[in-house]
Amino acid sequence: MFSYTFRRLLVAIPTMFVIVTVAFFMIRMAPGGPFDLERALPPEIEKNVLRAYNLDQPLWKQYVDYVGGVVQGDFGPSYKYRDFTVAELIGSGFPASFQLGFTAIVIALVFGVGFGSFAALRQNSGLDHAVMAVSMTGIAIPNFVMAPLLTLVFGVYLSLLPVAGWGDGALINKILPITALALPQLAYIARLTRGSMVETLNANFVRTARAKGLRERIVIVRHTLKGAMLPVVSYLGPATAQILTGSVVIETIFDIPGIGRYFVQGALNRDYTLVLGVMITLATLIIVLNLIVDLVYGLLDPKVRYD
Amino acid sequence: MTAVLDIDDLNIRFSTPEGTVNAVNGLSLSVSAGESVGIVGESGSGKSQVFLSTMGLLAKNGRAKGSTRFHGEELLGLKADRLNAIRGVRMAMIFQDPMTSLNPYLRISRQMTEVLMEHKGLSRAEARSRSIRMLERVGIPEAAKRVDMYPHEFSGGMRQRVMIAMALLCEPDLIIADEPTTALDVTIQAQILDLLSELRGDTNSAVVLITHDLGVVAGLCDRVVVMYAGRVVETGLVRDIFYSPRHPYTVGLLESIPRLEGDGEGGAEHPRLKAIDGQPPNLQSEIAGCAFAPRCPRVEERCQQERPDLIGLDNGHACACHKVGPT
Ligand SMILES: Nc1ncnc2c1ncn2[C@@H]1O[C@H](COP(=O)(O)OP(=O)(O)OP(=O)(O)O)[C@@H](O)[C@H]1O
Ligand code: SF4
Ligand SMILES: [Mg+2]
Repeated sequence: MFSYTFRRLLVAIPTMFVIVTVAFFMIRMAPGGPFDLERALPPEIEKNVLRAYNLDQPLWKQYVDYVGGVVQGDFGPSYKYRDFTVAELIGSGFPASFQLGFTAIVIALVFGVGFGSFAALRQNSGLDHAVMAVSMTGIAIPNFVMAPLLTLVFGVYLSLLPVAGWGDGALINKILPITALALPQLAYIARLTRGSMVETLNANFVRTARAKGLRERIVIVRHTLKGAMLPVVSYLGPATAQILTGSVVIETIFDIPGIGRYFVQGALNRDYTLVLGVMITLATLIIVLNLIVDLVYGLLDPKVRYD
Repeated sequence: MTAVLDIDDLNIRFSTPEGTVNAVNGLSLSVSAGESVGIVGESGSGKSQVFLSTMGLLAKNGRAKGSTRFHGEELLGLKADRLNAIRGVRMAMIFQDPMTSLNPYLRISRQMTEVLMEHKGLSRAEARSRSIRMLERVGIPEAAKRVDMYPHEFSGGMRQRVMIAMALLCEPDLIIADEPTTALDVTIQAQILDLLSELRGDTNSAVVLITHDLGVVAGLCDRVVVMYAGRVVETGLVRDIFYSPRHPYTVGLLESIPRLEGDGEGGAEHPRLKAIDGQPPNLQSEIAGCAFAPRCPRVEERCQQERPDLIGLDNGHACACHKVGPT
């Protein structure tokens, strides 16, 4: 398993390299630059500023320098937040983003699996149909629509929850963004769970478990759940990726000081290093989380061998 | 002899979007203590459903009516916890496909010990050592080591041995084996059948052997029940069924067993297989007359309108055909 993990990480290096390269040149293709203001700077000053940030060098040279820095863990300075390095900004945004994303995925998992199993065990009942209809809606509505809707209902009409802001991480500020982030995943996981539960309940080995005279609780918990969870575990890889990218949108809508908001601001300000830094961070997280998901899958399914 | 299992006028219906399937129709049979009964018939004749209903394992869309008694106790409609005190303990079932009938996510040890812990109240350690002994008894080499493996680490034949060991754990009075060898290749089939007949020698369990292969029945059973379209069409001692089959369907089945021509002596091995022409009937509509009529070489006028009853001949030999009467 160690050599498997090592190999996966090794394979990730060229992937990361491609991501960095593509991102680097793509953001440079966008019109404008980090120091374009409404009123143009006097040419003398602009030249000095560009020199200070090495932006007067040829592009290939800048690229080589940047990659060289990243390899040593240096994401460079931010062009807009002059007193901070990109690493510091990401570090300051991380706690909020982590709380948001982690809570969302846990909620999606717990409730998705719960509702899905419930529906599967009462297949074709009213409750089953209700869960499936609601979850279909949840999947169909993207979170950039869901978020304003939630704000409108709970923030504006009912005035129960703050419309936006982080309020130093008070619970009441987190409810709407976490809900908006978690709902589509919760809905998808519920459907996935139901489908694979129904399938597993019809499996021959579950019939064997019943033939052995085991109590229904054991038949479900010991003989059905584990097999039924495998597709859900597989989905956790894409789910975390979607939560990470989704949080970029959600943090912006709810004005939450997380990594995602820095990403959007960085893109608007042409703060090249900040945008790249956030992208590299997200890509690394996605790769690492997918690796963890695959390792967990291997623990659950004895047929998977890592060697 | 007392009956271990007594099925009386059993009807099994499945409701499907296309209509009701009459899988089993007015079927009666009984199995005595220690006896071995073969159930034969083509695919779809209802063999499995009869005994799945006995075990309380019918699919959700299926309903069983009539009576199925185990040692006199009615099983149909029995509450789940009472049924669980019988199945897996006093009667056990071995399924056709050992590849999918064992749980791929649990070790063999877990799948075996849970039976003994649930029903016999054994500690895990006791249950484990008894499981290992049972695996040795069904011929699994290095049982103490292999008990901790997962099903996919066993070959098909070995998995079926595990299934058999699992069924025997609580020393049941009745073992139902549903085509235990169909999914295995020929040499392994023979080994498993040898094992079953060997085990039959030293346990007192009654055995129901479901198969569409009359050859298997010949080696292993005392009695045969021949089913067609969810009904018993002929039943009797193995000897009587093989040497004096009366029902045209049984005759057809016997003719379809592959035989070797030219008995040894350099005789070319030409398996002569004569399948019965035609298809089994659609079970979605009630059949007025004899269900076998469309395929029967001896069919006559009244076969189309009147259903033949199962008529006793002699020695417990019985047959449901208008052309066959007591002699
Ligand atoms: N859940 C179900 N819904 C509808 N019809 C069913 C269902 N289960 C079984 N049947 C039908 O019941 C009939 C009897 O099936 P059964 O499994 O008893 O056949 P069998 O004699 O065991 O055949 P085989 O040799 O193929 O195992 C078949 O026609 C089958 O299509
Ligand atoms: S009753 Fe008639 S159709 Fe049916 S098996 Fe006998 S002869 Fe054939
Ligand atoms: Mg069958």
